[in-house]
Order: sequence, then structure tokens, then C-alpha cells
Amino acid sequence: MALELIIPILAATVQSGTPILYATLGEMLTERSGVLNLGVEGMMIFGAFGAFLFTYFTGNPWVGLFMAGIFAGILGLLHGVVCQVFQGNQVVSGLALTILGVGLADFLGTPYVGVATTGFTPFAFPVLSSIPVIGGIFFKHDALVYLSYTLPFIFWFFMNRTRWGMALAAAGEHPAACSAAGLNPVLMRWAGMFFGGFFVGLGGAYLSLAYTHLWTSNMTGGRGWIAVALVIFAFWRPGRAVFGAYLFGGIMAFQMRLQALGATLPSSLLLMLPYALTIIVLLFSSARGKGRAAPAALGVNIEPGE
Amino acid sequence: MLGFRIAKRQEPLQWGSFFIFFAALALSLGISCLLLAIQGKPFMRALFLLWEGAFAHGYSLEDTALKSIPIFLCSLGVAVCFRMQVWNIGAEGQYALGAVGATWAVLTFPDAPAWALMPLMFCAAALLGAFWAAVPAFLRLKFELNEIISTLMFNYIGILLLEYFVYGDWKDPASFGFPMTIMFPDTAIIGSLFGRIHWGAAVCAVVAAMLSVFLKRTRLGFELMAGGENPRAARYARMPYSFLVMLVMVLCGALAGWAGLIETSATLNRLQPNVVVGYGYTAIVVAWLARLRITSIAVFSILLAGLRVGVENLQLELQVPAAFAGIMQGLLLITVLAGQFFNWYEIQRVSRVEAEAAKADEGGNA
Repeated sequence: MALELIIPILAATVQSGTPILYATLGEMLTERSGVLNLGVEGMMIFGAFGAFLFTYFTGNPWVGLFMAGIFAGILGLLHGVVCQVFQGNQVVSGLALTILGVGLADFLGTPYVGVATTGFTPFAFPVLSSIPVIGGIFFKHDALVYLSYTLPFIFWFFMNRTRWGMALAAAGEHPAACSAAGLNPVLMRWAGMFFGGFFVGLGGAYLSLAYTHLWTSNMTGGRGWIAVALVIFAFWRPGRAVFGAYLFGGIMAFQMRLQALGATLPSSLLLMLPYALTIIVLLFSSARGKGRAAPAALGVNIEPGE
Repeated sequence: MLGFRIAKRQEPLQWGSFFIFFAALALSLGISCLLLAIQGKPFMRALFLLWEGAFAHGYSLEDTALKSIPIFLCSLGVAVCFRMQVWNIGAEGQYALGAVGATWAVLTFPDAPAWALMPLMFCAAALLGAFWAAVPAFLRLKFELNEIISTLMFNYIGILLLEYFVYGDWKDPASFGFPMTIMFPDTAIIGSLFGRIHWGAAVCAVVAAMLSVFLKRTRLGFELMAGGENPRAARYARMPYSFLVMLVMVLCGALAGWAGLIETSATLNRLQPNVVVGYGYTAIVVAWLARLRITSIAVFSILLAGLRVGVENLQLELQVPAAFAGIMQGLLLITVLAGQFFNWYEIQRVSRVEAEAAKADEGGNA
């Protein structure tokens, strides 16, 4: 009996954790290259808008998904223009990017508020969905969720086992040494910003194409910032990011369920849960901070002529 | 072929920031116009409406001045934090808590005389605002918790807390279900100084003067600057680094709290959720554009307040969404940030002969 209650909640956990997982992995990639990008919230919502817009006009959510990545990736490149070309402060540039991204999505999206579009719909994954319990939790979702299952492995493999991944990490650890080894740390960082932004955008797309099938302003509601926190929590490692993202998915699903049940607790207090949890989760990771390994050159610009 | 090379200047450009700002302003206005043009709006008229709405008439100037008061107070605190390299992004939440504190005082002692109620409101707003900043400061000092994220999360929590009270126990029974408290009694309303400008403007002037004296004339103020320049050096010199971090955060929280109090009492005359409109985030833009200097903060507070008021005019006349103000703030911050590059670096043209000589030289060395 209890399973019938728990399986839907855990399935909802996976669903609400998915956009956070995409955004966390994207920001992790950017930070591994040595660039701190606090624009995740702005990139995510701009991506969500791009996804909505292109799906609305082409009718094909895959086009929308791709364009979400491009939209957010372009904002990532703008961060690169400020920090790599013009040597601007990464913290301030990231904040500016959030202000700009939220503003752009809101401004360009105003005519479409409440408009519905097609998107990704859940389907039972062949064979795997018939596994008891596990199938119900993990394999009755949409294509983006299934795609997200593969990502942590791909990210891990890329970062730890490929030449390009190691070159990217070298740009984040020691740009000068990276450069001395004949690699181009500036190029690595451009790639980190664009492709990191691309995945953040996919997280945004999940919100407008799968989680809902419409456009509303302020769709992200702080998920981008939660992703920034989760990168720290995850010690810049993809595996722990999964755990963090589903933890937040769980709390969001739980909060929705409580609200739907008409809990006597006021909704404002329930809505605080994810934000309070972010702080608690970060405290937890700092208390056991031995394994923390932020890229050594995170947030430090590469000056021209060095 | 002609080449270019980037060279670091010996000294920063004189008057550089001044010209950079205007170039950045022109560039961000240009991009904004482009966005309007894409949406088929008459952008030349939009620019005129923006100017007219913000600065052209007495009435609009008053509007701009009124909005600049909370932005200025928040920005002063944010700038002091940034000087210490403490990245307090939480002015928005501290502002919300200030509004809550002031309202608590009014609702608890509605019959108190003005001479008692007003100071109590200021104390409550400052205390609650400061508390909302002190917790992230403590978490940073004790657990090395990143203050950018903790203050941001506190923004969300603080705004929800405000909503919790306004939708809950504090809701006026006669408000037909609207989330708002009762109208404040006259004793709790900050009155007019001249015209529509209220006494909040005087608070700004006093705070700015005291802060300026504190930073420039006291030992502690000097330590604040030194701590920001080089935290490690400050620690080795046995300066109380943790104390300084706590101090700037609490100061910012209290000032933002006052901003919340002033908006609630002087402008809305009651607490309602729309008291929180992003002044705390605008304050970050202002602090950075002003390069953390108090007089410049005053100028940029008025400018960005004008931008907000101007966009309201655009909204009215051309149905441009309010989010346009956010776009312009973001663009301005990005262009100024990028433009400051030219303060320290110059781009030199390299002639063909030089370039080849340099290449040959490099080849010779290798």
C-alpha cells in the first residue's frame, strides 16, 4: 500500500530534479575551466524562453531544445567577452548576466505569457519500465529525463578520461602551466563557458517544454542559484551532482504534494523549503570539507600577454 | 598586414571612467533601441519618453528622487561590503525584513505617540535587517559558507516571510482578502519634507555624511579599506578581520532595513507584498557603477531611479514591459565592466615591419 504512495512522489522527485541536474552539470563544466559564472539563473530562464519560442514556431520540441542551449550558450559567450576579452570581474559580470537574462526573457516573452505549446510527453521506456518499483520511479518519464540519466556518466568520462576534458580542467587549475604544455587555456575557457551554458539552457528548456508546456515569466524561481550552490556541494564532481539535484527534486515534489493535499501550513512557509535546504546542504558539505577541491584558478582571469 | 597588440598602461587613464561611462551608456541605449525596434516600437520616441518620464518635469523629477532614496540607502551598505570584498547580494531580503520589522512595531504599538513609535520602528527595521545579514556573515566566518549564495537564498526566504505575515496574521480584515495590513496611523507615517519628498531624503543625507566621516576619519574605517585591499595583510596586522566582515554586513543590513521601512511608511503607508520591487538588486548595479564611492552612489542612484521611472512612462505610452528596466541595467553594468578595461590597457597598432621583426626575434630566441 505504502509503495503506491511513495512511487509517485519519487517519480516526481526525478522529474523536478532533472532541470536542476542539467544546470548543475553545465555550471560544473564552466567552473572546471576556471570561470565562475553566476549568471546561471539568467541563462536558464533565457534558455527556457528560447525553447518555448522555437517550439512554438516550429512545432518541434527538439528544435526548441537545441535553441535553448544556443540561447544560454550565447549568454555564456557574453560572459566570456566581459571576462576574457575585457578582463572584467567574474562575480559582477555573472550578476549582470542574471539581471540581463531575466530581463530579456521577461521582456521578449511578455506577448507569450500563458501561451501553450507542444513539448516532451512522458512515455514508458521499453522493457525497463516494467521492472517493479524502479520502473515506476525512473522509466515513465519524457525523453529529456532519459537523456539526463546518461549525462553524469558522459561528463565524468569527458572530464577524467579524455584529452580535451583534462585540458579544460588544466585551464581551471593552472592556466600558465596549461599554456606551457602547449594547450590554449583561453580557448578551453571559451569552450567551458559556451558548452556549460548550453547544458544550463537545456535545464531551462525542461521547465518550458516538459515540466510545463507553456511560457510564464519567472519560471526558474531560483533553480539557477540552487544549481550554483550544488556545484559547490558536489565538490565539482558529476556523481555527487546527481545526489544533490534529486535531493532538491525531492523537496520540491514533497512541497507540491503537501500543498495539493491542502496542508494547514501556509504556502509561503512551504515555498521557503528549497532555499533553506540550499543553505543546510552547503553547511553539510562545508562541515565535511576535506574532499573539497575547487579548481585552483576559479574566478581568476587570464591576463593578456601572460 | 597591420596587427594590434594589447599593452598594460603604467597608470590608469585620467578621466577614463568618465568617458567610459558615457560610451557604455550610449552602447547600452543603442542595444536597447535595437530590442525595441525588433518589437516594432518607435525607438526614438521611446528614448524621448524615457527621458521625459524620468527627468523632464517637476513631477517626474520628484518620482525619480523618491525612488532613489531606497536605492541609495541599500547601495551605500552594499558598497561598503564590496569594499571589504564581501559579496553581499542580500540587500533585497534585508530590505524586506526591515519592512517587516517596522510593521511589527506599528501593529504591536498602534497607539504609541509618534516620538516613541518612530524610533521604535527605526530600531526594529535596523535590527531585523541587520539580523538577516548577520546570519550569512556568521555562516561565512564560521563555516566558510559562500556568502553570495547564502545572502541570495536569504532574499527568497525574507520575501516569503514578508508574504507569510501579510497573507496571514497581519492581513487587514477589511481589505476584501487583499494581502495588505491596515493603513498605518499618522504617528507611524514618515511625513513630507518639501513637496512630495519625505523625510527619508534627510535620513539619506545624514547617513551618507556619517558614513563618509567614519570611512575617512576613523581608524576602524581605515581598517575597513585595508581589509578589503588585502584580507590576509589585515589579518597579519592583527586587525579584527572577522569583526570587520560582521560589521559591514550588519551595517548593510541595517541600512537596507531602513530603506524597507521608509518605503513602507512613507510611500505605501502600509505593508503589502509589492513593497519589494528589486531595489536591493538595483543597489548592486549602482554600487558597482559608482565604483563604491559615496558621492557617485548618490548620482547613480538618481540615474537608475530615473531609469525605473522612465520605463514606467514607456509602459504607459508604448506598452513596453517593465522588464525593460532590468535589461538596461544589465547592459549598462556589462558595458561599463567591459569598458573599464581601457582604463588599464591600451591597444597599440603594430606596423608590418615591427610585427615581422618581433616574429623574427621570437624565432631567434626559440
